Amino acid sequence: MNTQLLLIQVFNGLVNGAFYALLSLGLAVIFGMLRIVNFMHGALYMLGAFTAFALGQAFGLGFWPSLIIAPLVVALIGMALERGLLSRLYGLEPSYNLLLTFGLTLLTQDLVKQVMLSQYAVSSAPYTPPPALSGVVNLGFVVFPKYRLFVIGLSLLICLVTWFVIEKTRVGAIIRASTENPMVTRAFGIDVSKWVTGVFGVGVGLAGLAGVLAAPIYSVEPYMGAELIITTFAVVVIGGMGSILGSVVTGFAVGVLAAIGAALYPPIANTLVFILMALVLLVRPSGLFGLPEGAR
Amino acid sequence: MQKKLLTALVSTAALAAVTGALAQSARLSDNVVRVGVLTDLSGVYSELSGPGSVRAAQLAAQDFMAANPSFRNKVQVVGVDHQNKADVASNKAAEMIDRQKVDVLMDLPTSSAALAASEVAKNKKIPVMVVTGGTTALTNEKCNKYTFHYAYDNYMLANGTGTAVTKRGGNSWYIIYPNYAFGQDLNRQMTAAIRENGGRVVTNSDATPFPNTDFSSYLLKAQSLKPKVFGTMQAGADLVNVVKQYNEFGLRQQGIGLGIGLLFETDVAALGQDAFAGALATVPWYWNLDQRSRDWAAKFERSFGKKPTWAQAGVYSATMTYLQAVARAKSDDGDAVVKALEGHRFSDFFARSAYIRPQDHRVILDVYTVQVKPRSQAREAGDIFTKVATIPAARAFQPLSESKCKF
Repeated sequence: MNTQLLLIQVFNGLVNGAFYALLSLGLAVIFGMLRIVNFMHGALYMLGAFTAFALGQAFGLGFWPSLIIAPLVVALIGMALERGLLSRLYGLEPSYNLLLTFGLTLLTQDLVKQVMLSQYAVSSAPYTPPPALSGVVNLGFVVFPKYRLFVIGLSLLICLVTWFVIEKTRVGAIIRASTENPMVTRAFGIDVSKWVTGVFGVGVGLAGLAGVLAAPIYSVEPYMGAELIITTFAVVVIGGMGSILGSVVTGFAVGVLAAIGAALYPPIANTLVFILMALVLLVRPSGLFGLPEGAR
Repeated sequence: MQKKLLTALVSTAALAAVTGALAQSARLSDNVVRVGVLTDLSGVYSELSGPGSVRAAQLAAQDFMAANPSFRNKVQVVGVDHQNKADVASNKAAEMIDRQKVDVLMDLPTSSAALAASEVAKNKKIPVMVVTGGTTALTNEKCNKYTFHYAYDNYMLANGTGTAVTKRGGNSWYIIYPNYAFGQDLNRQMTAAIRENGGRVVTNSDATPFPNTDFSSYLLKAQSLKPKVFGTMQAGADLVNVVKQYNEFGLRQQGIGLGIGLLFETDVAALGQDAFAGALATVPWYWNLDQRSRDWAAKFERSFGKKPTWAQAGVYSATMTYLQAVARAKSDDGDAVVKALEGHRFSDFFARSAYIRPQDHRVILDVYTVQVKPRSQAREAGDIFTKVATIPAARAFQPLSESKCKF
């Protein structure tokens, strides 16, 4: 493969990387603060895409308003679930929450499937990008869809904003502190549980946003998050459970890695990330950016 | 004169009584013929086969019982999900035969699942009519005495579409295929058909994961290879994603045409026909082929709420063909029905000039190379295909001389 082709694939990988980054960012924030492995993340991503589709069908809302409204809807649903269900299991072993969120995933998928079939008589629906972003643009080294460029740009922006909020603001300091060590943070007189619902909302809102962004690229269908979430968990593990920087950097890196893999030897494309995960776990069990358990 | 008439009447009545008695004495295991539709009830192929295939088999059973009163209430249909997985198909096939006592297996989308079920059925001496699975292995190295391949196969697709596209000037291809039995086989067949017609495949075909959503790496590769045709051997939901992204990357505007291995009406409906417009495909049937087809399609739509795909129409036809063989054999015993099916010639709304080859159990029939119309040319809802050519049964399928089948 020549350098230009390689460059093209690296660039292309950033698109999928953007989805991994947004999803694992949300997972990292949630895991860091709540110690919940949110298995529902993929279903909420799908719910974001489906909400955008349904808003279009019901109110004629286009992409731009949906880009704002759908993540909010997903965040609200997430917060309601956190208050109503997840919070009841906080004192128990983590596996209880894993089972609960897994069950909720199955419920959400089948519910959306039923709604799509009964309301719209389709099992997968197309969603078109806004007119301003449809078509391709010649970048010199590659002819690339405008919309995919937008996806890379917007998700980089969101990741930067999230980083800024977390690193530079007081809210961020509290979240960081609660993520690193909730016990000590409490000892400093900060009510960690007060922040929990909001942080969960932001985390799943990011998944909803990724879903809306994915709708014009992939078909909107009930199982669109099922495959993605597995890769995303691998990303989180590689980056270091709960590490915010780690999840973003690893998200983009894994996207690029998979794209190069697909170009070099397609059968390995989907496996590469798990090979990497196994290697990282062997060499650095706490992940590339994670702190060892003892250091917490 | 009167006496003659009387004799004629009496003998006709006697004959009728005898035939009736014979039909009644058809030896049916546990007094019922059970048709088992083993299909994808919830996954990527459920829309093109799935519940619609089960309904098609039920309609065939009803029509058969109405036409053959001696079988009234004696045909049942069961639908089972194989999830497109070979191991599940294998277990379910065994369970259906042993516990639910089905007498035939029907449909079987996903080639790997079809091969697995066919192996089980062979050991249990139960006929299988593969309709939606495409691999030619079913009538070649993996053929067996109990497996029949209905409707289409990968040879027929490649022979029809590969030839038509290459002859129309699309003589350089870059192919991607889903990495399982169906895709691997279709890639081989398509490559052979392209080469036979003087075309070439510009680089090694790429095997993509199955199922898969993102095909951008391959579309970008096509962009730099600049073949005349980007050939996709994906099917169902995967094909929809490929075509969606083919349009997104603007390959058509860059002079790279679209070559499709296997196309179902549901794929076109999922994206809108303009996304597919101009693409050629080969199909065994489509709902508005002619009046006979329309009549059947209307009946199906009244019952199921949607227009039939050609796979679902194929399941109806295959079920009817099987049941008629049971009537001829006067038994639902596997060996007896296989004997009644072999060498049978017939024609129905779906299968024209059809013949069941006894040597390899390929059911040959007339097939059609079609082109997807742009939406502006559609005369009614669901009007998506223009017929480009009819390929007569004798030329549509792999010649017997090339078959590797030995029972």
